[in-house]
Amino acid sequence: MTAVQSIPAKSGAAGAAIFPDSDSRKYRYFEPRSKRATHYEDVTVDVQPDPERYLLQDWIISFPNGKGAYTKDNTAALSSNWHAFRAPDQEWERTHYQRQSKIETMVQSVIANGRKSGAPKGFDKAWVKILQNHLGAWKHAEFGLGTSLMQAQRYGYTQMINNATLTNSSYKLRLAQDITLYLAEIGMDIPGFDDAAGKRMWLEDKGWQGTREAIESIMGSADYLEQYLATNIVFEPLVGELFRSGFLMQVGSPNGDFITPAVISAAEADYERNLANTIDLMHLLVTDNQHAAHNKKLFQGWVNKHVALANKAAAGLQPVWSQPHSKPVQYADVRAQSVERIKKILGELGLVLPKE
Amino acid sequence: MSGTLTLNKITAQRGISVGDAAKKIADLGWNPSYVQEAMTFPTDYKIAKAPKDPMKQVLRSYFPMQEEKDNRVYGALDAALRGDMFRNVEPRWVEWMKLFLAIIPFPEISAARSMAMVGRLAPGEDLRTGFTMQMVDEFRHSTIQMNLKKWYMENYIDPAGFDITEEAFGKCYATTIGRQFGEGFITGDAITSANVYLTVVAETAFTNTLFVAMPSEAARNGDYALPTVFLSVQSDESRHIGNGHSMLMSMLKEPENHLLLERDMRYAFWQNHAIVDAAIGTFIEYGTTNRDKAKESYAEMWHRWIFEDYYRTYMLPLEKYGIKIHHDDVQTAWKRLTEKHYVHKVAQFFAVGWSANFWRIEAQTDKDFEWFEHKYPGWYAQFGDFWKWYEKLSHRGQTNILFNGDVGYVYPHRCWSCLVPCLIREDMVTGEIDGKLYTFAHELDRWTAVEAFAGEYQGRPTPAMGRFSGRREWESVYHNVDIADAIKDLGFVRTDGKTLVAQPHLRFDEKEMWTLDDVRGHILKSPLLTLREMSPADREKHLADYRKGFTINPCN
Ligand SMILES: [Fe+2]
Ligand SMILES: [Fe+2]
Repeated sequence: MTAVQSIPAKSGAAGAAIFPDSDSRKYRYFEPRSKRATHYEDVTVDVQPDPERYLLQDWIISFPNGKGAYTKDNTAALSSNWHAFRAPDQEWERTHYQRQSKIETMVQSVIANGRKSGAPKGFDKAWVKILQNHLGAWKHAEFGLGTSLMQAQRYGYTQMINNATLTNSSYKLRLAQDITLYLAEIGMDIPGFDDAAGKRMWLEDKGWQGTREAIESIMGSADYLEQYLATNIVFEPLVGELFRSGFLMQVGSPNGDFITPAVISAAEADYERNLANTIDLMHLLVTDNQHAAHNKKLFQGWVNKHVALANKAAAGLQPVWSQPHSKPVQYADVRAQSVERIKKILGELGLVLPKE
Repeated sequence: MSGTLTLNKITAQRGISVGDAAKKIADLGWNPSYVQEAMTFPTDYKIAKAPKDPMKQVLRSYFPMQEEKDNRVYGALDAALRGDMFRNVEPRWVEWMKLFLAIIPFPEISAARSMAMVGRLAPGEDLRTGFTMQMVDEFRHSTIQMNLKKWYMENYIDPAGFDITEEAFGKCYATTIGRQFGEGFITGDAITSANVYLTVVAETAFTNTLFVAMPSEAARNGDYALPTVFLSVQSDESRHIGNGHSMLMSMLKEPENHLLLERDMRYAFWQNHAIVDAAIGTFIEYGTTNRDKAKESYAEMWHRWIFEDYYRTYMLPLEKYGIKIHHDDVQTAWKRLTEKHYVHKVAQFFAVGWSANFWRIEAQTDKDFEWFEHKYPGWYAQFGDFWKWYEKLSHRGQTNILFNGDVGYVYPHRCWSCLVPCLIREDMVTGEIDGKLYTFAHELDRWTAVEAFAGEYQGRPTPAMGRFSGRREWESVYHNVDIADAIKDLGFVRTDGKTLVAQPHLRFDEKEMWTLDDVRGHILKSPLLTLREMSPADREKHLADYRKGFTINPCN
């Protein structure tokens, strides 16, 4: 051996030796949103590659039509930079499990404590019917959105879009299951409670058919962004919040039910996060320096279609507001609030609420 | 308070059983009647009948359980730092983690995406529930692994290579093999990819080597972080394997599916072997400094997990459902790992190509030789001199081993199917697709690319089947390009603009580190394009010579 062998560093720890890039301690292949990359960005950005970033050999397996694993035309929307999006909720696995777990623990202890104190037996009779039939039907709406978003998360052009869609799906599926088990549990305490009534209502009751049609229309869309937009920009404010906040949360306690509002409350916080994510993504697209006009027109079309369905859904549910014994809120008032809410959301995107 | 407690006791409530809970949750789904769900994930399989007894899984207990697992992982990472893990870690090992952790988060997140595909096709809502949970699991795996990699980057002596990780993944000649693996989960026939290739074979057969063997070896090299993360990942796999098996059982009920299942089991087993054994075998056998003869070699573990556990207890019983099982393939894979030194040839190939890598590869030395010879008799005669050459040529001023004619190594052809090169020279075959010539590592690789990934299989139309595409032969991207220019184009240069990210040694000293100038002046060639340019006679001669193999010259 001719060259002089240098003494190898004894330690494998950072700083044990100085040489080129011995201090390169940040991922240096992407541009962080702000000055420093967030933890979310570090574990998310560019994990799903594409021919622009950085597939030297292009996709190496294709569908029979020649398309690779992810293509931009899975949506009719256009972007000059699909990679720009960062989810405002900054969700990655750790924060996701922490949040979901906290919610599950909270929900279970609320239900357990309520049952221990015999609360379900104190629910107003008419209210019990409402939970059985209408909350029972509603769980299917949440589930439909969850499965629809599960499908959508396969199609986005970047990891950031798909992971935000995936966590949204996870939140919806959790909520659907929470409601299901909640009803099953209080059902054990309430004589005559029919746990199967909700699904019958969902499938057959006239009042629920508009909601089912709206949900199935979202599930049936083959455009993942349409599914995401229709869920969070249209259905949630016009039907989701209307029914959860505008009915269950406000009408529960006057009818002796302090449990349902707690079980449902997490969903409203879930929605705030998912709404923020959706608005940020859609905002990027409607302000795109090349495709703003195209996207705006496209989104307005989706909004028109899904608002019509959501309006029909909301109208179908109207009679529910008059069923409880104690009626602290009027449908007309909460409906007006939800119209205000969607107008505000659409306003942020430069879109308008179609006339009824 | 005591009053409440007493009351709680006397009003002890009935709970809902997991079985009941799962049943009620499964009833959340319905058949749409206003708008049908779009059939966006094509498959040639027929799926109608719900499986008998899928796993009972409920999110209510799932999330807290997973959070608890996470707490243990992150607690252990903190503890590892407090215990100064990196002072005692073996750099030889951590360097290979630059390759491994560049690859693995993409297959993981692809698994999450693929759950959309099987979730959509699942017969029965129980199974769909299982797939939704697996989707969230795989999101967990991908981001927890990215976190681990970031942690190495922040704490290990040489962060270069970790710092470009996802970009490197998209470009490197070695990670292309991992891309084949991950894209295989999400592209083409939805069942072929998301059920058979991903779950029935990759998860069921090969995750033990990935997620159990790797952690053990990590621990032997002073790395306590990887075991914490990967054993936690592995703990989710039994659910995934259960999901996949239920799906498989439901497909077995349709005799029309049997031919496709035979095809896909064959493709998936062979390709998982070719890819996973190449990568994990190399990490475990060549990334370690531990040469305890009492420990199992990769081949020995393979025999236990793949041959005994998977082949005998999972694959073989499928025969009674009428699926033809290709016993020979399993034997052939076993022979490749033992007699034909598959893993050793892969490690040798990665070492020859070190300058176009993004991690350091250290030479194997005397202490390693003894262990290899003990575990793989005949190893020294074939590989001893090579590693001596490698050590000798690891110093700046020597000619890059990739172009050094003194060594006697012949750069291999790339297999168009598994993307590992045709390293077992005598088994190399050629084949044609759409009139174009391709090279394959083995007849089964040719069968995979030419016969399985096609629009028709044994006379049966398979319109949903995927195709192999893109510039699959990495070398063709840099055909006739100077290696220094290729490395620059790849981005495998440190931020001083000249020092290579990769190094053929573990000497953390600027004077010892190779730069672009040390490798410039040699031209890369694509073996495939070169082969196609030959006259038929020259080509035949070239192939005959190739199959005869090469001899490494003695190194003094
Ligand atoms: Fe996984
Ligand atoms: Fe898995």
